[in-house]
Amino acid sequence: MGRLRTYSRRAFLIGSAAVAGGVAFGVYAVKKPVDNPLADGLAEGAATFNPWVIIDADKITLITPHGDKGQGVTSSQAALIAEELDVEFGQFETSFGQPAAAYWNTALAADLVPFMPSDESRTANAARGIAGGAVKVLGVQITGGSTTIPDSFVKLREAGAVARETLKLAASRKTGVAVSELKTANATVILPDGTALKYTDLAADAAALEPVTDVTLRDQSTWRMIGKPMQRLDVLAKSTGTQVYGIDLEVEGMVHAAVKVNPRQGGKILGYDASAAKNMRDVQKVVEVTGGVAVIADNTWRAFQAADAIEFDWGEADYPAEQDSHWQVLSESFTKERLDKKWRDDGDVDAVITGEGVVEAEYRSPYVAHAPLEPLNAIVLVEDAGVQVWAGHQIQRQLQVLVAGITGHEQDEVIFHNQFMGGSFGHRLEFENIKQAAEIANQMRGTPVKLTYSREEDFAHDFPRHISMGRMRGKVSGGKVEALDLSIAAPSVAASQGARAGLPMGGPDSQIVAGAWNNPYALPNYRMQGYRAPELAPVSSWRSVGAPGAGFIFDTALDELIHAAGADPMAERIRLMQHETSRKVLEAVAEMSSWGGELGPNKGRGVSFIESFGVPVAEVVEVTNTEDGIKIDKIWIAADVGTVVDPVNFENLVQGGVVFGLGHAINCEITYSDGMAEQENYPDHEAMRLYQCPEIVVRGLENANHIRGIGEPPVPATAPALGNAIFAATGKRLREMPFNKGVEFV
Amino acid sequence: MQITVNGKAHEVDVEGDMPLLWVLRDELGVKGVKYGCGVAACGACTVHIDGVAVRSCQVAAEDVDGEVTTIEGLGQPDALHAVQAAWVAQQVAQCGYCQSGQIMQAASLLAENAAPSDDEIDEAMSGNLCRCGTYPRIRAAVKAAAKTLQEG
Ligand code: FES
Ligand code: FES
Repeated sequence: MGRLRTYSRRAFLIGSAAVAGGVAFGVYAVKKPVDNPLADGLAEGAATFNPWVIIDADKITLITPHGDKGQGVTSSQAALIAEELDVEFGQFETSFGQPAAAYWNTALAADLVPFMPSDESRTANAARGIAGGAVKVLGVQITGGSTTIPDSFVKLREAGAVARETLKLAASRKTGVAVSELKTANATVILPDGTALKYTDLAADAAALEPVTDVTLRDQSTWRMIGKPMQRLDVLAKSTGTQVYGIDLEVEGMVHAAVKVNPRQGGKILGYDASAAKNMRDVQKVVEVTGGVAVIADNTWRAFQAADAIEFDWGEADYPAEQDSHWQVLSESFTKERLDKKWRDDGDVDAVITGEGVVEAEYRSPYVAHAPLEPLNAIVLVEDAGVQVWAGHQIQRQLQVLVAGITGHEQDEVIFHNQFMGGSFGHRLEFENIKQAAEIANQMRGTPVKLTYSREEDFAHDFPRHISMGRMRGKVSGGKVEALDLSIAAPSVAASQGARAGLPMGGPDSQIVAGAWNNPYALPNYRMQGYRAPELAPVSSWRSVGAPGAGFIFDTALDELIHAAGADPMAERIRLMQHETSRKVLEAVAEMSSWGGELGPNKGRGVSFIESFGVPVAEVVEVTNTEDGIKIDKIWIAADVGTVVDPVNFENLVQGGVVFGLGHAINCEITYSDGMAEQENYPDHEAMRLYQCPEIVVRGLENANHIRGIGEPPVPATAPALGNAIFAATGKRLREMPFNKGVEFV
Repeated sequence: MQITVNGKAHEVDVEGDMPLLWVLRDELGVKGVKYGCGVAACGACTVHIDGVAVRSCQVAAEDVDGEVTTIEGLGQPDALHAVQAAWVAQQVAQCGYCQSGQIMQAASLLAENAAPSDDEIDEAMSGNLCRCGTYPRIRAAVKAAAKTLQEG
């Protein structure tokens, strides 16, 4: 517990804080307060806490600390505060704030414990509580695992309510009207005679008060924003080219940098010749970074051109040079020594899976790149007094730690200006671009350096989704699935990513088996084992992390058994589903798609159910086998997140997740040759284009007890549903992604 | 050399082979046009030259032979082009990074073909990648914009 002390240096209770003549409100619903992100800028003796609301005489600012990579969480975080604060979109500004332990992710713990999300037992909840405490003590501020909404849902509404009640108290003191007589709306406190006092005019008075923390959250029936269609705050900027991303920023006096780092990931640079590059127009210099070099120029393109003109002698990578060997390693990892954990052991598979009619199959899920459309970039300015970083990132505090480690500053001397991100899909959980920009800027103190990756560098230095291999043995009898013995081998993404981030993770890696062990089916005999292969190419979390691979393996295996049993794929899944909320999701897609109805010629349908980050998701895909290949006609998808915060954004994210899942399943993989990724740009790793996009019908269910996020969960069920549909239409079973290895697509 | 962007003439001193994309972004500070791939595979860099959509990453500065319009010249937040208005109404954007290019492509399509069929929309828009997968909304927005423009 020694650690706690350092985090409790300023052990203030929840309070108000004067901010340049204004007031900041926040709420912190746990016992031990954590350092306040605004504390350093405050007057001596000011009470402080972790603020989400700042009001001064001019404006209302809502802090939305979760990173926005397109999932719209700036709007949804703001809406949660605004719901209780009684402000409307357009009446406040938002800010990502500064990284702070106070913004620790309260929802992360759910995925750190080895209990199925559908497990509500006391043991499971106790483990979640302990894991949550660890996340808090470490002050882990992260946007990932679809946790923004579960993390924010209560605490941000409380933050809004505390601010509102304190403003009412200030108005009451000022006017002599009892608080109970006051109402709030449109960023004003309204007196019984209709007079409206602006929050901004009450800010200075409110700053002098102890905040009112005894608040009751409003009942769902009275919500005016949550659950109703919202116009996202960023939609206008993003439709007019006026949204500024990290790649668009300019800082006074900045130079442009391009890097070339050993495409054999992690390998050394043995030598290079930059003489041609140095003589190119407006190239200022060439500096070394870990594993490569950077060119400094006055323009992005000139930096790219000069970087391309350098000749390199690259060292070897420490993983196998050729892709076949990577598969070989997985294939040799199904051993007792490599058993990471036996995740399910229901019934007695060994007794049942014997004799005649054993079904066996092997599956593969490839490396896949993140490739967000905005290439990675960062601006760093290093000065003796401190460092500033401008970039879009998802693990803000760890970014500070890593930059400080490079420049020799203290963590709190690193100011991080988070930016709207042009996508991430997991790539902006990584730090290479940030570290490289810091290394360059540290050699050019006083000059802001903007590093932009070329698309080719972005592909070469992506840490892709991990590969995995699955082996299934199963048995059916009497038209039913009797037994499934499923083993999945994969390198540990948690170990690979955690090592780079300086956040080592212990214990079995649940992402090796995510999407395979946690589906709440009651198969009479089910064994599910994860095997931890040796680390291969460095890998990272890819939208929905383990579940797109392991979920594909699980659900395809299940579908094979259901077909072997001669059962209906939908009816058998519903029969086997023991968890009511999940069963309703399956029943919803059955109803939406009129499952079982007559299909046209050459058509086939597949269904899949995968639970991902606590969200049960079911999808039905319909395809036609045409002369030009498989055409994906239509998708029906249902998911249960407990409460849908914004139905428009929900639908958009679900459709996007389906497109993402389908596109990569169809035609994307990263393969290694000579230690380098063979795919260099989008033509080699294209995913879905508009003409291939089917109609996607979405339904959000709200039966679950817990609120969950929807950024990632729609992805994993798409690939198996598509593969199952292709089997239904063609009789061909696809056991390996990408599917274009086995069939043609229109 | 001289280059006219959004109605304004600029004198730029750049290599003849510098792609228009980088002239716009880094020399003229026009940031609505985006870099995504540099190889004509994503469409994020789409601008108009004399009203026709082109990939600015593929047009050398010395080959720019007409007036360049970027998303900033198409319409502004307080004076939206019909295509932009449709994009707002349909709430197309997720990360939004591809959307400048999508909108410029759609505006060019509709200028050429006021009432495109579903197939024509698919054909015109399929060179523009959206990594976030907003395609269903892009389709809906193109159709909505076509309707508005026809109703004039
Ligand atoms: S940047 Fe021009 S098409 Fe991608
Ligand atoms: S909205 Fe993100 S790439 Fe299209």
